[in-house]
Amino acid sequence: MKPIEMEAVQQHLERFIDKEVYVHLETTNGAYASHVNSEAYNVGAYIRNAKVKFSQARIVGDGKSYRAGLKMEFGWIYAEGLSDWTIHGDNQLLLAGHDREGRLMVSLQLSEAPFRY
Amino acid sequence: MEKHVVVIYPHPDDESFGAAGTITKFRKQGVSVTYLCGTLGEMGRNMGSPTFANRETLPEIRKEELINACKALDIDLRMLGYRDKTLEFEDRQTVAEHLKDILEEIEPSLVITHYPDYAVHPDHNALGAAAVEAVRHMDETKRPVVWAQAISNNFPDVLGKPDIVNDVRDIFDKKMAAISAHKSQANGVLGQFQQNPKNKAEILEGAKKALGKERFYIWDYDK
Repeated sequence: MKPIEMEAVQQHLERFIDKEVYVHLETTNGAYASHVNSEAYNVGAYIRNAKVKFSQARIVGDGKSYRAGLKMEFGWIYAEGLSDWTIHGDNQLLLAGHDREGRLMVSLQLSEAPFRY
Repeated sequence: MEKHVVVIYPHPDDESFGAAGTITKFRKQGVSVTYLCGTLGEMGRNMGSPTFANRETLPEIRKEELINACKALDIDLRMLGYRDKTLEFEDRQTVAEHLKDILEEIEPSLVITHYPDYAVHPDHNALGAAAVEAVRHMDETKRPVVWAQAISNNFPDVLGKPDIVNDVRDIFDKKMAAISAHKSQANGVLGQFQQNPKNKAEILEGAKKALGKERFYIWDYDK
């Protein structure tokens, strides 16, 4: 993945507007967080291949860390801490945030076909 | 001497971090070893350091790494096709039946797996429990011995002294070769054992300290 280029990502987000698309949304701090640090908490959530439709999409940020918001008929899809992006395979838009060691902390991905695996 | 050893863990790299030394000792004796790997670690957060994988490329990358690690260890590999982080939500009896079918085919004399409830990662606990269950369902005369590996910080206090302690520091280069095959995971995991290492020697030192002894409990089916 490469550092987010806001205008390019914005254009890609808009490709998915008003279409039925598959979303992968995830955040994690790993299964070993409280094992290596007894004061830490294991927290994570993901939803994969949920079919959604949104009418607005925007990425906002300060050049280092970005937020994305997708407005649906009855709610929002939101991710914070995004730093990198790529287009994978058949035009799938992958956005992710990584920590100093390159570990994934958050991801938001959109695709017109279901994600594999 | 063992006839055939089957290792049952859920993730590509569990075999290398957890049991590569023990596996190497068995292979040196000419004992066949088969690794049943539960998932492809699809949801891992280590993407290489520096990052070279992403959520969608990670499964194929880890599959390749797993194949390479098994080559380095000179063992057979079967991938079970479950999904990372979901093993505890699968029906345990169904997973146990799946494992039992494979064990009845291979007829191992020893099974190595995680110690249920003391193996930190939910996938470790769930697959370990299913493996213990699978062997329990086998014909008593054909049951392999089960070595269960605990990882949790509290395990020695609760479970007592492990029955098997394999000091593998004399063959640690083999273990590191297997770990290093997992390129996307190795640095991230090794980094946990040593805060701000100055060089490779320090990383190796930290790894040796944390991973130099492989400990197992012999599962007691009469309890």
